[in-house]
Formats: sequence, C-alpha cells, structure tokens
Amino acid sequence: MSLPQPFADWFASRGWQPRAHQLELLDKASQGRSALLVAPTGAGKTLAGFLPSLVDLASLSPGALKKRGLHTLYISPLKALAVDIARNLETPVSEMGLPFTIETRTGDTPAHKRARQAERPPHILLTTPEQLALLLAHRNAHDLFSGLKTVILDELHALVTSKRGDLLALDLARLHHLAPQSIAMGLSATVREPEALQRYLVPQISGEDRRADLVTVIGGAKAKIGILKSANRLPLAGHTALASMPEIYKAIAAHHMTLVFVNTRMQAEFVFQELWKLNEASLPIALHHGSLDVGQRRKVEAAMVSGTLKAIVCTATLDLGIDWGDVDLVINVGAPKGASRLMQRIGRSNHRLEEPSEALLVPANRFEAMECQAALGAVEAAAQDTPEARQGALDVLAQHLLGMACADGFVADALYREVCSAAPYADLTREDFDAVLDFAATGGYALRSYEHFAKIKRGKDHVWRIATPRAAQQYRMNIGTIVEATMLKVRLGRMTKAGAPARGGRVLGEVEDYFAEGLVLGDTFIFAGEILRFEGLVGSEVVVSRAQRGVDPKIPAYAGGKFPLSTFLAERVRAMLADPQSWKTLPPEVGEWLIWQRDKSVLPAADELLVETFPSGDRNYLVLYPFEGRLAHQTLGVLLTRRLERAGMKPLGFVCNDYGLCVWAINNLGQALAEGMLSLDSLLAEDMLGDDLEEWLDESSIMKRAFRHCAVISGLIERRHPGQEKTGKQVTVSTDLVYTVLRRHEPHHILLKAARADAALGLLDVKRLGDRLKRIRGHVVIRYLDKVSPLAVAVLLEIGRESVYGQAAEDILADAEQALLAEATR
Amino acid sequence: MTVRREPPSPSFALGALELVPDVSGALYAPDERAVIVADLHFEKGSALARRGSLLPPYDSRETLSRLGVMLARLKPKTVIALGDTWHDGGGHARMDAVDAEAFAALRLGREWVLITGNHDPEPPRDLGAQVHHELMLKGVILRHQPSASPLGPEIAGHLHPAAKVSGRGRSVRRKCFMTSATRCILPAFGAYAGGLNVLDKAFRPLFAPSDFTAHVMGADRIYAISPALLLPD
Repeated sequence: MSLPQPFADWFASRGWQPRAHQLELLDKASQGRSALLVAPTGAGKTLAGFLPSLVDLASLSPGALKKRGLHTLYISPLKALAVDIARNLETPVSEMGLPFTIETRTGDTPAHKRARQAERPPHILLTTPEQLALLLAHRNAHDLFSGLKTVILDELHALVTSKRGDLLALDLARLHHLAPQSIAMGLSATVREPEALQRYLVPQISGEDRRADLVTVIGGAKAKIGILKSANRLPLAGHTALASMPEIYKAIAAHHMTLVFVNTRMQAEFVFQELWKLNEASLPIALHHGSLDVGQRRKVEAAMVSGTLKAIVCTATLDLGIDWGDVDLVINVGAPKGASRLMQRIGRSNHRLEEPSEALLVPANRFEAMECQAALGAVEAAAQDTPEARQGALDVLAQHLLGMACADGFVADALYREVCSAAPYADLTREDFDAVLDFAATGGYALRSYEHFAKIKRGKDHVWRIATPRAAQQYRMNIGTIVEATMLKVRLGRMTKAGAPARGGRVLGEVEDYFAEGLVLGDTFIFAGEILRFEGLVGSEVVVSRAQRGVDPKIPAYAGGKFPLSTFLAERVRAMLADPQSWKTLPPEVGEWLIWQRDKSVLPAADELLVETFPSGDRNYLVLYPFEGRLAHQTLGVLLTRRLERAGMKPLGFVCNDYGLCVWAINNLGQALAEGMLSLDSLLAEDMLGDDLEEWLDESSIMKRAFRHCAVISGLIERRHPGQEKTGKQVTVSTDLVYTVLRRHEPHHILLKAARADAALGLLDVKRLGDRLKRIRGHVVIRYLDKVSPLAVAVLLEIGRESVYGQAAEDILADAEQALLAEATR
Repeated sequence: MTVRREPPSPSFALGALELVPDVSGALYAPDERAVIVADLHFEKGSALARRGSLLPPYDSRETLSRLGVMLARLKPKTVIALGDTWHDGGGHARMDAVDAEAFAALRLGREWVLITGNHDPEPPRDLGAQVHHELMLKGVILRHQPSASPLGPEIAGHLHPAAKVSGRGRSVRRKCFMTSATRCILPAFGAYAGGLNVLDKAFRPLFAPSDFTAHVMGADRIYAISPALLLPD
C-alpha cells in the first residue's frame, strides 16, 4: 500500500520515506483489522497510529467532513501525553491544510467545553481512560460513539498491568458494542510476549483465540549501554550508590543533558543532595518527583524543554513517552528491576530511531551489580519482561456497571456477554458477575437488604437503570481506579512564640500520610532537596523548618526498590550465579565475593534453592535465597516465621531483600534441621499458602489496605472531597471499621473477594511465591555453617532498615506504657 | 538487680467510685456491679444507606455481639448506656427482628438505664429500661455530653476519643478512655462509631493539655499512655 495525496507530498517535502510499519498499519486499517504495533521508542509510533485516521478523514468531501462526528479516539495513560500528542498532530495536519478538528479532553478541560464535546465532538479526540468512562456513561453515548472508526491506545504495555487497564478493557468492550465497525490500534514498547496485548485489543469469544494482528518494528540503532565503573569498591548492601557519585557527576558534566533515574522518591532526594555536594561547577541540576509541588515540577519541565538544565534526578514520573528535551544520556541508579522498565528509561535518551541511545547503569551494591549485568544481557538480546495478563478486578466491574446504568441502562444477560468479551474478564463467571451486579444495586448483603435505597434498579423491561440523580452524581464524582495515599502538604514555617507551629511559608510538596505519621517533633529528613526539621502537624499540613547546616537527616532515606525484581531478570541473575565464566564482566570485588561464597558455602545451580544456617551471638540464623523479589520474600518470611513458631523454634524476626530472606530464632535451627527434628520440605510446603496465609491475612493490615481501595473504587465509600475533611464530624465510616464488621458477618461477600485478590496479587505476590514453592521440592541445597556466609552478609545488612515480625502494634503500645511507668517512678 | 514491674493496674477512682476501663470499651464499676457504655450508635449503617452509602448492614449485630461477650464476662447487675444508643430517631424501628431479639435477650435479667444523647434525645420507652438525661452514681454525674465546668466528678461520652501512639517508626491509632482526676470520657462502643483524636481542640475545654491519661484499647488489654507520647492525626 502506498501513501495517498497529500500525504505522499508532505512526506517528500520533509525528505521522509514512509516507513514499512506505517504503511502496514495503513493496510490493516483499510481492511478493517485491529492491530498491535510493537516498536522501540523513536520509531514514529504515534504518527503510524494516527496515519490511517488522517488518510481516511482526508478522503472525505468537505460536506461529509462537516457532518462527520467522532472519527478517532486516542487514549493515553497520562493527560500530559494526550496534550503533547495533540500538539504534535497539529503540525502535519496544518501543513497539509487538512480541515480536521482535533481536541483533548482531560480532567483539566473546562466543564463547558466538556459538555460541548459530548454534544458536538471533534473528529479526533485525545483523552484518558477515566474521561472515556465518563463519556460512555453519558446519556448521549450511543450517538456520540456509533460512528467511531478507530481507537488508538498508546503506551498499552503500561496501561494493561493495572486496574486502569481493567477499566479501559471494559470501556473498549462497550465501544465495540456501540460501534461494531470500529478497530483498535494498540501502540506498545517492546514486550516479550505480545499475545496478551493482542487479545486485549479485540473482543474475546469463549473457546476461540482471538487476537489483533501484530506489526513489529525491528531494528533502530542499538543502545550504547554500559555499567558505571567506580573507583570505589561496591558495598555489600545499601541502595544509595554513594560510592559512585563522583563518576555520575563526571558523566553529567561530559554530556549535554542527562536524566538520572532512581526507583524511589527518597533515593531521588538523596542522589540530588549528594550531586550538589560535588557540584563545584554549579551545573544546573534539578530534581523531579511526584511528591514535589506541581508548580515546581512544571518549572523543571519547562527548563528541560528550553535546554537550560544539565541534569534532572527523577523517578518514574518521567518514565513514559513525553519529549521534554534533548537528552543525550540516561543514568539508572540502583537495580533496574525489569528489562522493559530499563528499555523505557533508556528510550528517554536520543528520541530518534537512527541514533543510538546512551545509557549508564549504576549498581548500588554487589547483588545489584549482578542484576545490572543481567539486564544488560537482556537488552542486548532484545529480551523483555512480559506484562502479566490480569484477571479483571471485581471492584472495577462494579464501577463500570454503575456507569452503564447511567448511560442507556443495560440488560444483565447482554452486558455479561459484553464484559466477558474484554480480555481481562474473559473468565468471569456468571456467579461473580451477578454478585457484583447485586452489590452495585443494593450492596449485595445476604442477610439483610437495602432494596429501598438501591442505586440501580431493574425495570419491568428488565433494563437496569440508575435509580436516582444523586446516585448518578456519586458515580461521576468518584470515577477512576487510582486511589492515592492521603497526601499531606509540606510547608516551610516557623514556631510561634507560644510554641505552636505557624503556617504561612512556602509549600515544598507533599508526603504520604504514613511517612508523616512516623515523624516525631525535631526529626530531620531530606525533602525537596533540603534537610528539613519536623516542627509539627497543623491541620493537614506538615510544618517544617530548614535544619541547621551540618545536621544529618535522622529519618533514614529508605531507598529499597519500589518495584520488585522481575521474574525474567531473576532467572538471569540465578544463571549468572551458577556460571563463573560470566563473572568476568562484573566488577572484580563482586567476583571475589562470589568466589569467597563458593569456598565458605556453595553457589546454587540455576534451579536450586540455597538454604544456609549458622549461629551468631545468642541467635540462630536461617537464610534462603529464592531470588523472587521483595514482596514474595516478605510473604514467605511471615509464613515461615509462623511455622517456626508453631514448631517451638522461637523465631524472633526476619528481613528480606529482592534476592533472599533471613529468619533468626532463639533455638538452634541448624541442629533441628540436621537432626531431622525440623523438615525443610514441610516448612516450605505449598500448603502454607492455604490456611496459614488466610489466618495471617485476617489479622494483618494488608487486607484492610486492599479493602479500602476496593471500597472506594467500587463506590461503597465515597472519596473525600476538598472542604469535606476536618469538619470534626464524620461523613463516612472508616473502611477499617466496615472491613471488621463485614469480615465477621459475611466473610464471603464479593468485595472481600475483590480485596483478597488484590492483596494476593499486588501486596503479597502469592502467585510468584507459589510457583517457586512448586519448583523447589528436591532442589533444596542446605549448608550448616558455623558462621555467616558472604551472600548472607548482604541480606543481613537489611536488619534495622525494616520493622521486624511480631505483634508490632501491641509492642508500640507496650513501649509507650513503659515510658509512662518510667516517668511515674522517676 | 532488676525488678520486674507489673503493668500499672488500669483501675482509677472518680470521687467515691472505683472504675475499671474494660478492654471492650466499657467502663466497669465493680462495687456497683454496673457497666457503662457510650455511643452504641445502633443502625448507623442503615441511616447512611438512606443517604446512598450502602454499607454492610451488620453494625447493630456486631455491636450487640460485642456487648453480649462483655456482659457475659463481667456479669453486671446494671447497664448504663451513656446516650447516642441509636444513631437516629428512626433507628429502633429499623432494627431488624433478629437484632431486636438479641437486644431484648441482653436486657433480660438486668437493669438498663438509657441516658439521652444528641442523636437519640427521645429513646424508645417500651424497652423496660429507665430513661434519664443525667444520672448520679456515688456522687459522680453520668451524662452524654461532657460539661465544661461540672460541679463534681463526671463520666460522659459523645466525643469518641481515640489516641495515636507512635514508636518503632510506625504508629497505631485506637479508641481510648480519656481520664483525669475529675472526669472520664468513654470511647464509642458502636461498631461503626469512629474516633476523634484526643489532641483535637474539642477536648481542650475539658482537659489541661498534659493532665490526662489515655487508656488505649489494645488487643487483649488496656494500655495507660501519657499525653507526651500521643500524636495528632
């Protein structure tokens, strides 16, 4: 297929050749076929996605164009990206003199414009999943979308891994229903197994393997990636990469503009601080993370676009595809955790396909050195992590049902079929669907009914419709799947004479409430690039002052990975451990460390699980190295500790990192295992994920956290609105209280099922742990050592960074009571 | 040599009345064989449902069940409910048959006194319970809303005190009794009744800033905690 006029002319005028994948997508669209375009950054993905729509619209007569409603819908995970793309589209469209209307619609779009868009839509609308859901819940949805030709889903690989992806899948199913002729174009960065994304794009039918066509762009210049060599030896543990700061600074100085990626906000603050300590040349180095004040972030972004910055230290907030400026080096501090994430970040450098991206990986400890090397190998082999296909969340479905009832209403049978056509919900049972419907209508409680107060009601015609205007308003005000941690503003302020903190200073940004909760008056911590002193909480604001010069931050900048090590990278690290040949590429101190481990203990083969025991002081240690990521290890740690307690071994605590975990106890674990009084097979038996897990979940705060999210998304509890909080009177009931009551009186309620699924997936990584436990039987290597092994040291150094196992909450109270007692007896 | 100290006895006295804060959130007066509970807020769930929040309708059931466990353990002769026993005027009528029956069973063989509250200024009169605005017990006044300048020692509810305690880099927030030499405010007993931080300004007219103790509800016992260790929300 070739480009029609005036497109061919426009390409020629720019000296461009249409690329093969652009023509291929054009071809797919002309045949009415949905397609997934998998391409590295810089391949002209976005233009390729829009080209079929532009060509089709250009073929219409002026009269037909005038009458044409919405033709193409573009969905992006970030509203900034939607705005950016709209701007980029303007260029070809205006240069070719095409009279199309292109508009964006985000939460920032004024209400009158949004209302107009629902009545008189543009030809091309660029928006977000949440705004699409709102449009589909509009009474006008049928007229609005029935003429739709194309849906473009950008950054699909990033969208599908979350509840937002579930919401979008349901909306896509609805679009296919309203506009059966429409096709979907998915745009994705390179993924290893694109089948899940291909399925996501087209309606599923039970028993059939239905997928969108795949268009892959191969090539592009290979990235130049290296691992930073530091003059200092890598430490055994820690996440700060302090030793490498001089080299990072040198690399920044030697490049035009550098993005320094880190994994957490705390790391960003730390790295920024350290770089400025070295910054004798006063290079313009800035900081960018999601907790900073929006005004400050926009300033940094503008400075980046205008090219006045030399480097930005940033977190995942700059991961996704926005072009902020002319970046020629990407530095990734800490372990990359996943090959795909690394590729995405590297893609920020040199946004042109023909030129190689340049990147440097900076490991912070010896385990991370192996992980960086493994990631490097993965990138060279163009191997990528696979986003796990999700099981559609039930709370998101509840929200969708309310939306559909707000639109034209629905018949349960038909909507069930439609929902099942969305890939994440393909396996949804009718039983669960009915339970969610029941929940959305009346709360779905078995023992007592709220029939009178139903939010949606079934009419005589079997159509479910929203019951009251207020229910519709509630739905609209609470749309979306992102439940943010409550954030508290951090404000610079001074103490008044009376000793109370006064407000009035500048807002520096926001912190999560749980961070603020841990602060005690006078604590110092790093935030917004400064060392601050906590002065107190006033209303919902954290009041701080600047700490005196030379004061060290007292609250440690916890800098572990927010993202767990991907399964795929973990495999590569395990393989590396077992293959001494591969150590040559690692820094010499890492090789020495591994040889030392081989001499003192053993290095496990790739399919083996190494377990070590040793005594130290008056404690006995048990260390396991599953390499399955922090979340799975944490779950294993809790369950293992419970089992050891039951076996009378008196465990005291455990710590873990991405690579292993360590439990310590009063009793001699090594001896008990060696003499067969304790069996690893039964300690690590898969059944720990049954009753033991259930029992723990019931008493842990993890379920409460998961339940809170589900309660908000499903519409059981309304989100807070500005001005509503701190009135002293409670408007809603705390979800923790609701959870306690519901668990006791209706443990099989559908919302508890939803919360349980969330906890298992996102907070505990139960599936991954289960997969591992299945594989280890007969592959456990145990070493009874008389002292700590080199590998174990790196795990043990995590002690003190995390709270330990135990009745932590009760302990806090008992400590406080002791303090009162001490006061009383002094 | 170290001496192991027992945790302080949680009991305290108001006037001539010896009182024990119970782990359930009830206040026990052993000499009178009376328990005092505050802010049961029966049928809060169904009240909110009318406004569009379809919360699990089991809050009355849960509150009754906790009451039942506590009464079976302490075996009092008298139960005094310190007001806001129902969340609203229609609450009693909305209570379903199972719960109403369970409530009746808890009243059987015991004397019940219902103090009026702002949510239930006129509690039902047909329950075989006495109804009072205030009650005097051994020189201590019992009422729903605490008074800023009581004439003598006072026991009240209404404010739903809760305490936040931090340590080990984390914090815990629990309902609590708030006591001084002259008054005690009870935690809300109801399953859907939340808590207001004791450092909130609502408590300021009632307690001098450092002159109170928070008897915090733990899992198995009450912890007495000094104001110096409490955090605002």
